[in-house]
Amino acid sequence: MRAFIEYFAAIGRTVVTLGDGLAVTGSYFLRRPVTLQYPDRTEKPMVALLPERSRGMLEVDLDRCPGCTACETACPIGCIRIEVSKGKPRLITRFDIDLGRCMNCGLCSEPCPTECLKHTKEFEGGMYKPDLLLIHFVEQPVPVAPVKKGEPGPPPKPLGSILRRLLTDPYGRKRPAPAPAPAAAASAPAPPVAVAAPQPVSASTPPVSATPSAAPPSTPATSGGPS
Amino acid sequence: MQLLAERIATWLGMEGLPRQAVVAGVVLVVALVVATVVLTIAGILTWAERRVAGRTQSRVGPNRVGPLGFLQWVADGIKLITKEDVIPAAADRTLFRLAPYPVIVGIFAAFASVPFGQKLIAADLNVGVLYLMAITSLVVVGVLMAGWASNNKWALLGGVRSAAQIVSYEVPSVLAALSVVLLAGTLSLQGIIGKQGGWPWEWYLFYNPFTFVAFFLFFTSAVAEGNRTPFDLPEAESELVAGYNVEYSGMRFAGFFLGEFANVYLLSAIATALFFGGWQIPGVTPDMQAASPVWQAVGVGLFALKAGTGAFVVLWLRWTMPRLRVDQLMGLCYRYLLPLSFAMLLGNAAYVWLVPQWAAWVVQGATTTVGLAVAGVFVRRVFYHIRHVGDDVSLDLARGESGTFDPQLQVRVYGAFRRRHAGDSAS
Ligand code: SF4
Ligand code: SF4
Repeated sequence: MRAFIEYFAAIGRTVVTLGDGLAVTGSYFLRRPVTLQYPDRTEKPMVALLPERSRGMLEVDLDRCPGCTACETACPIGCIRIEVSKGKPRLITRFDIDLGRCMNCGLCSEPCPTECLKHTKEFEGGMYKPDLLLIHFVEQPVPVAPVKKGEPGPPPKPLGSILRRLLTDPYGRKRPAPAPAPAAAASAPAPPVAVAAPQPVSASTPPVSATPSAAPPSTPATSGGPS
Repeated sequence: MQLLAERIATWLGMEGLPRQAVVAGVVLVVALVVATVVLTIAGILTWAERRVAGRTQSRVGPNRVGPLGFLQWVADGIKLITKEDVIPAAADRTLFRLAPYPVIVGIFAAFASVPFGQKLIAADLNVGVLYLMAITSLVVVGVLMAGWASNNKWALLGGVRSAAQIVSYEVPSVLAALSVVLLAGTLSLQGIIGKQGGWPWEWYLFYNPFTFVAFFLFFTSAVAEGNRTPFDLPEAESELVAGYNVEYSGMRFAGFFLGEFANVYLLSAIATALFFGGWQIPGVTPDMQAASPVWQAVGVGLFALKAGTGAFVVLWLRWTMPRLRVDQLMGLCYRYLLPLSFAMLLGNAAYVWLVPQWAAWVVQGATTTVGLAVAGVFVRRVFYHIRHVGDDVSLDLARGESGTFDPQLQVRVYGAFRRRHAGDSAS
């Protein structure tokens, strides 16, 4: 008798749980999908949808950078390379960030005294060659900015405008300037230089490029390497 | 068929042709028409499956090719046709090449006697139900051939499992269908539909409690026979990679694939004919329908609607249920479905024999009420679950296509999930 009851109880359980399971999936069927159709059917540009403090690719605003090299020291994997010339005026002759190796940890932007090294929200950096992600922020040597810690300095540029100008398309060509971005057009300090070609700064320094067999490049004399 | 052939021959002014040639020609044309229709249905179902899967999982599903991604199945078909047809080196080449054909033939030939409409049926056999059950068993031959010829352990296991499963589930599905045959007194599908009516309480589904249960037995066994989840052991990805068709590619794979989806529609169509009144329109007698082409069209549409709903339920089940284990599968068949379907058959026989007409009316009404009440409870449960996760309901399939992004919605969904299961661990 007990087996008999258990037999029908099993059938009952099956029917009830199956029905409830169908009701659960049915309720999801009726609900609006939560899919975000990146890249081409988002209601706003993707950058606008990212969270407030998302850490994307780095950019540096050289108009505000005093060349303290704190970021270079802080980076645990040594993907920032800065060269500052001696003499007067001191010039930043090189400021390279290898975004291909950067892990967006944020350790470099934290010690930056003038907040000129920042994470943008840009993240679309797919390139056919890894070196294309080695961004040379110095196009022509610029004097170090006379900004001290705590001072306001020149006004910050719109986030991402500098990086967007320097980042190439996947083939290494310059991207067309985004027309409907009035803020980006306002600040274009340096004349445009072809960014794809690596800039030989000095013969003794190997470029910080992501060549396949890349051991961390030997520390050049001009700057303190990662300790 | 012969009469029809003669009529067509006369109409074409070709009385002189040998009769066999005309018959062959007509058969060829009918076969091509049926095959085209079935391929289209199967193709559309592959798209529907992916859309249903998407919505069930809060995704969108394919939506880039054509409106709502509807042309996706055409694109997939073209892709499969142009793919290379790889035959493994160690395979039994002849068997390997032959294997898809029994599957396709078994399922496509079954469509010949599916009553899409009162007049829209390729061949109204007087043994329709028997024919359907017999011809669909051809599938197992193809599956077993594919499993054996691939010379692959997964394929072989899948084929063997499939054979065991189809043969086992054939029995309860036939017995459940027999309940209806017993009531209708005919094996012809048109005859069975003719005995039912348009209104729900005139369907065999609600005829008496025995047929009500028999329908679910039939549906379960038919789903199992079609190797659909939760009974898709022959192609269990997690254990058998893809089962019997693991070595197939290109058009031969498409044969298996379309066969599976055509089978989904086929089982819904048979269930519609046996239990849901087929092409009968509420308030329209078969005679009225025979007289008017408009009612004919409505009947065909109604049949398609009912069968489509059935197919939707099969797809829905797939995204609800986890897969059974092999022993559970056989246990379900032999411990539950088989005895129950026997009981329903005997119950129906006793019902026909013992219950007088007036009592039958009462029983019919009561069964209908109970059935609709069950459906009502189910709908209430659906809305209960919707309320629990926030009520962002959209019946519009196109909504959400634009990629609206609402982080709050995800927070709500997750919060509701946590709230609901917060008590689970405590209690
Ligand atoms: S984010 Fe991290 S890895 Fe990238 S440059 Fe800064 S410190 Fe180096
Ligand atoms: S830490 Fe900031 S200020 Fe110092 S070198 Fe780096 S970017 Fe310039």
